[in-house]
This record gives sequence, C-alpha cells and structure tokens, in this order.
Amino acid sequence: MSADHDEEPLLVAEGLTRWYGRNLGCRDVTFALHEGEVMAVVGESGSGKSTLLQLLSMQIEATAGRVHYRMRDGVTRDLAMLGEAERRFLARTDWGYVHQDPTLGLRMTVSGGANVGERLMAVGWRHYGRIRATASDWLDRVEIDVARMDEAPLTYSGGMRQRLQIARNLVSAPRLVFMDEPTGGLDVSVQARLLDLLRGLVADLRLSAVVVTHDLAVARLLSHRIMVMRGGEVIETGLTDQVLDDPREAYTQLLVASILPP
Amino acid sequence: MYVAVKGGERAIDNAHRLLAHARRGDPEVPELTLEQIKEQLTLAVDRVMNEGSLYDRDLAALAIKQARGDLIEAIFLLRAFRATLPRFGASVPVDTAAMSVARRISAAFKDLPGGQLLGPTFDYTHRLLEPDGAGESAAEPAAAPADADAMPRVTDLLASDDLIEPSASADDTEGPARDLTRDPLGFPAERDLRLQNLARGDEGFLLALGYSTQRGYGRNHPFAGEIRLGDVAVEFFAEEAGFALPLGHLTLTECQMINQFRGTATEPPRFTRGYGLGFGHCERKAMAVALVDRALRARELGEEVRAPAQDEEFVLSHSDNVQATGFVEHLKLPHYVDFQAELGLVRRLRAEFDEAAARAAQNASREAAE
Amino acid sequence: MNAPIYNFAYLDEQTKRMIRRAILKAVAIPGYQVPFASREMPMPYGWGTGGVQVTAAVLGPDDVLKVIDQGADDTTNAVSIRKFFVKTAGVRTTTRTADATVIQTRHRIPETTLAEHQIIVFQVPIPEPLRYLEPRETETRRMHALADYGLMHVKLYEDIARHGHIATTYAYPVKVDGRYVMDPSPTPKFDNPKMSDCPALQLFGAGREKRIYAIPPWTRVVSLDFEDHPFERYRLDETCALCGATDSFLDEVVTDDRGGRMFVCSDTDYCEGRLADGAAA
Repeated sequence: MSADHDEEPLLVAEGLTRWYGRNLGCRDVTFALHEGEVMAVVGESGSGKSTLLQLLSMQIEATAGRVHYRMRDGVTRDLAMLGEAERRFLARTDWGYVHQDPTLGLRMTVSGGANVGERLMAVGWRHYGRIRATASDWLDRVEIDVARMDEAPLTYSGGMRQRLQIARNLVSAPRLVFMDEPTGGLDVSVQARLLDLLRGLVADLRLSAVVVTHDLAVARLLSHRIMVMRGGEVIETGLTDQVLDDPREAYTQLLVASILPP
Repeated sequence: MYVAVKGGERAIDNAHRLLAHARRGDPEVPELTLEQIKEQLTLAVDRVMNEGSLYDRDLAALAIKQARGDLIEAIFLLRAFRATLPRFGASVPVDTAAMSVARRISAAFKDLPGGQLLGPTFDYTHRLLEPDGAGESAAEPAAAPADADAMPRVTDLLASDDLIEPSASADDTEGPARDLTRDPLGFPAERDLRLQNLARGDEGFLLALGYSTQRGYGRNHPFAGEIRLGDVAVEFFAEEAGFALPLGHLTLTECQMINQFRGTATEPPRFTRGYGLGFGHCERKAMAVALVDRALRARELGEEVRAPAQDEEFVLSHSDNVQATGFVEHLKLPHYVDFQAELGLVRRLRAEFDEAAARAAQNASREAAE
Repeated sequence: MNAPIYNFAYLDEQTKRMIRRAILKAVAIPGYQVPFASREMPMPYGWGTGGVQVTAAVLGPDDVLKVIDQGADDTTNAVSIRKFFVKTAGVRTTTRTADATVIQTRHRIPETTLAEHQIIVFQVPIPEPLRYLEPRETETRRMHALADYGLMHVKLYEDIARHGHIATTYAYPVKVDGRYVMDPSPTPKFDNPKMSDCPALQLFGAGREKRIYAIPPWTRVVSLDFEDHPFERYRLDETCALCGATDSFLDEVVTDDRGGRMFVCSDTDYCEGRLADGAAA
C-alpha cells in the first residue's frame, strides 16, 4: 500500500515524552503522518504505545515534546495551545477515537441510531428524519442490521458494538482516527470481518489513522507504516511490509518470529 | 354542581391545632420539661446541636420537644433559627490538645501517656433492656481530675517521629476559613468545606458510608488513633482589645483516624489521617466523619476514586438531611398539573398503540381470509 | 433564651443583598444558573425556599403579592407561603393576577398576560435541565460553558424513536436568548410560549440546589425540538365546566368512581374573572 506524500503532513509529533513519576511512559517519539496514511504502533504491554496514543489524542499532557495538527482550515496548530472548547470540538468532528472496549466509546443505554446521530446533533443538525436517515446509512455501511437501530447497544454482540463505535466516529467525516486495539477482545472470525471493514472504510474515506495494536497481523492488514516500541522507546520504524518482512533490529526480529505461522 | 374547593387556610389552622394536641399527648401524663430533655436525653440534644450546626443545649431541647422527638424535624427547627443569627466572625481555632478530658481512648496503642480513660460509655454495657435500671446511676461517681498536660495526642506522638503526615494547620490556608453557609459549595471542594459539610451531615448517611469503606468500598485501613471527649475553651480575637477573649466552653468529641500509609519516589512512607469533630458526645458521628473524610481525600492523595464514599459530589450533595427530607417530603405537595400533562401523553400514546394493534389485527384477518 | 427578631420579609439585609447580586447577574446572563448561598428558611427545602428567598429579596412595602400553586391561590402550599409574607412583611396580597406586582408561582404561569411592571417568581426543584442525563455537576457546568447541548437532543431523538413523540410534557427545556438551555421549572409545556417576549421579569429560584436564573423582559425563549417534529403546545381538548374557557390549561376532576370526570381551569383567578364578566359554561 502507498499513500500521497505531496501535501503538508496532517499530524506531527516532535520529541514526545511522558513520565509517570519515576516511570517512563514513552520518550522522544517523532513522526509525521500524512492524509490517507495509516500508521500502526506495535509492541508488547508496557511498550508505551497506549501512552503515545493518549498523548496524541490530547487525553494526557506531555512531559516534553509537541504535537502539531493541520486543522480543516489548513492552519497547523500546536495542540497544547488549543482552548478546551476547540479541543472538544476537534474531538467531536475532525477526529475519531475507537476504544478497545466499545462500551467506553458508546452510550450503552441509548439507541444505536442515537449513538450515531449524536455527533450530528452536537453540530446543529435539527431534522429528525435526516439525522435518522444518515444514521441508518452508516449503520448499513458498517453492516449492522438497520432494523436494530432503535435498540440500545446493550443488546448488541461485541462485534456489533465495535462496528457501532466505528460508525459513531465516522459520521462526522473525521480526517484522523485513533484506534486502540480495535479488534482486541473479539472472536477471531469476528476480527477478520471487522478488519476487512476497517480497511475498506479507511481506503474509501481516505482516513488517516494511528492504530495501536499488539497484533502484527492487524498492523500488516491495516497500515502503511509501522512503529515498533519497547519500554517506552521507539525501536524501529518504516514501511509495514518492509519492517515485518525484513526487520533490522533484534527486538523486531524477535517480535516477528514469535508470531505463530497462520 | 361542582364548586372549586376553598378553605385551604382553615384546613391548615385546624391541622396545626390537631398537631399541638397530639404533641401534648395524654394530659394526665406530666408534661416533659426542657430540663428533663437536656439532662436525661443528652445524646439526642447533642445530635440535634451537631446537625443543626448550633451549640445551644436549651434551644436544642426545645426543638426536640416541639418536634415531638423527631430529631430531623428538630434539626430543621434549629437550622432555621440559626439562619437568622448575625455573624460576628470566627473564633481562634480550638485547641483540643488542651481539652479537659472526660474520656480518651486509643486503639492504636495498648498504653500511652495519660492512659486509656474510659469515661461514660455504652461500649462495654450488655444491651439488656432494664425496666428498673434507669435509676441505677444515682450515686455520685468518684472524681479523678484529668491532667491535660499528661495527655498528648496520639497523632502528635507519631508526628514527632515523622511517621504520620503533618496535620494541615490554620496557618497553611490563605485567608480566613471559608464558610459553607455563606458561600455556595462548588466542586471540586477543598477540605475545609468538606469537613464542614460532613460535620453537619446526617449521622446515618455518614455511618453507612464509613461502614462501606470498611467493607471494601474504598478501603483505607483505618485505626482509631484517638477518640477524646471533653471541654475546650472557645476564644475570640478582639481587634480593639488586642488579645483573645474567652467566650466559654464547648463539649467536643474528636476522632483522629490513622489510615493507610503511603510514600512516593521523593516522600518517605507515612500514615495518613482522617479527622472528625462534633458537639457534645458523638463518637459514632465523629468516627464516621473521620472515615469519610479520609475517603474523600482520595483525589489529593492520588488514590483511584471508585467507591461511593470517595465520590465527592455524591457524598457532599446528599449528606444534608434537612435538604434531603425537604425534597423527599415535597412529593406530598400537589403535583396534579404535571401529572395531568403526563396523563395526557400516556392516553395519547395508548390510543395510538391501540389503533396500530387494531390495524394489525385487521390486516391479519384479511390475509387469513385470502 | 433570645427571642428572634425578624427583618422585613424575614431575610436580613446582608442576605438580601447577596441574593439581589445573584439576581442581577442572572438577568445579565439570561438562562444562566447563578450559584447563591441559599439560607435555611422556615419551610422545608423542596417546598419553595428558593422562590421565597427571591421574593423576599425583591419585595418592598408597597408591593402587592399573589402566590399560586398549580395555578390556584387556595392550595395549601400557596396559602402557607402567602401567610408567611403577610406575617413577615405585612404586604398587601391579592388573588387577582392583574392587581399583583409580584407573583410567586409553583408549576404554572397565569393565563392572564403579564405586564411590564410585574415580576413573576418561579419555584424550581431541579434547575439543571441536563441533570437526568448527566448527574455530575462538574460535567453539566462544562456543557453549559461550551454550549455543548448534543446530549439534550439525543434525549429528544430517543423519545421520538421510542414513542413517536417527544415525551416531555412538563419542565420542557428551552433555549434562552439563543444561548443557554434552561429548565422552565415543572410548568406544563402548554405554558412555555408565555415565557417568550414576556413583558414581565421572570425570576427562577432553586433553594435546595442553590441556583437563581432569570429571563429579562422581552427575551426570545424557544422550546427545543426538531424541524420535522416541532414543539406542540399540548392542551386537553375540553372546555372548562365553570366558565366555558377553551384556551386555558385544565385540571381533571374525578367526580365519581364510575369514570365520571369534569374539567376546570387550573388558573382559578382566570376562571373567576371570566365568570364575573358574565361567561358561562
């Protein structure tokens, strides 16, 4: 897979570092992500990949370093300088965040349709019929039976909930999506279907994404580029296929070798 | 012919007369005196003073009598009166270390300077109803003076070894102490306002929350470091005089809990504290306050907030029984207009439902016919 | 024992000043809930202490006070509050809306259109319109500050998805002056339109929750809805059995145990006024 590199990058991290007291979250992470590009961040637990995702998505503050994002109006902003209102608006419109546990990214007691329609209502949509139609379109797109749109996700299966979470995020046409182990906790067969769906959506919508995963197969399927982390440090980066087929660093080799052949 | 009901005013007046009658009870039975309540139902008086937030035994006794023994109603009476009183200012912080001690125990040490002084306590009584036993204590107890100098606080003993976190002192806070009854409570709330809220909070509610922490909902490994009961002097600093004027004495119950120790990368491990204070003799209340105080400090001590007792908004918004009873009992007020509105909607939805069902049945029978 | 001496309208001047400051701030920011240090009053929290404090703060010796509950002057709570002000302020009272300068109300807005020199004070149990969707005060304050009201519309959407209608019949949320979403207190939604461009000053007091808010005269107040499910001013399709009114909010009165019913105006002054003018059922 390849992606366009002839524009300004969408997301730039510079020397991103986070300490928790005396423990290192992650250190000196630097990269640039372009539109339509998917980067996987892989590593074992404790590698710092989750910390990195939280830093990038402004859920926690960096101890050092910066994150820049090119807004819809073309201006690149230092995210630490955004006011709370701007931050919340960004998170609700131009960004998506897919949690590993879909119950964290959904309103469990509110209908599927309302879950998807919420972002629209938050930006001022006031026509019930149109909100409902748009929501139902998206449910269809993520392969959820539209007949179930008035049921709450409490009644949905794990895979359905995850697909609902994806629809809820994508309805506002975000340009950047953060994903935290999007297929974790799902059955293997359900995982495959979801990955296929994600791959299709990412390509169709030209999404940029940062996908955190411990599963190299997910990285290979979804991402153009890969960043391998360990103990808070970046071990190796590069094009996904290249890194996975021909890892340079000893740790990466170990990681790749430890995957059982399919 | 329907006539709109009138006479609400007369009904209320009659209700009040009936209440006065019920309050007096059987006229053959001697009327309760305030002195009897003050002297023989002391602990009820203490509770009413605490939650009424006013130290006045006579008024508390009067409130209990007027409320026919309903303590929350009595607390309400006292609070409403308190709201009319002018405020002079704040006293000098009372020094419980200089307390003239009537009772003092510590569960943390077997023995300690000043000793374990049991005082008047239910703790070791056998809970057997004794119809004739009420007068047994007629004899004068032997008086043993408690020497305040020889009774250092347990927490001060630990503090001298730096084993317990230092107590926040009045000098630490900027400006005068805030007043919960003058400024609206906002969240997050600082410790001074939290403690004020807990001090006047409902004993039952706080008892349950404290209990829940012991059962694992936000456990903080408490030890009763010290509980002391006695009189302390209250002083007021008068600008004109240039020194502190003694205003009198209060009986106070103080509980210092010693809790789960913690340390960080830069701080050595120390025990943490929970604190409770109340008017009169109120150990259960003081202990419950200390447990909940410590639970609410979860945020500032870097502990995960998971249990109800640690949830500041939940605890502090629901601890006031005057507010609670007001809102719960307000359901007795007429709500028929709102109810009418709801009735209208339900009838309408019902009609639509029945209509839809009838149509479905029609279709089904039509299909069956085909 | 010290016998208490009460100030005019019960509250001491310091307290009145504090409440008036809150009222001024509320009027300056229409629909915004201003925190205030509510006092214990001689009636329980939940029984109108907020409304009473607001009324006590604005009342003067020349004012004429009307107090209603469920639209009637003679319900027990209205009687009790009116007596309170007679005792502590000695003001003149009236049951006629047109003659009042200050009207304290619980759960209804009078049918008679209010005038510019009047103040109407609402008793509010739960001031926060988002409370049942989001119990945390810290979160709802942020939502108001950021005008983040998506959650409110999610609730309305759910109602329509589930019932085919917006299922809120009283305390129907409104947007004030195009900015803050506000709870009008548990008045039936029938009364909502009266709040918009009202000539009188509308003040809202929540004692237990310690909030005051206001709608200044001649302010736009819009009930939340969807374009294709517009706000409906629901009214029983009946006539008042006493005065024949077809445009007032009606109370349903059960007359026997065989389903017998009749309907009368909730606003007793309005009904009596019509009867006095010669109207008939």
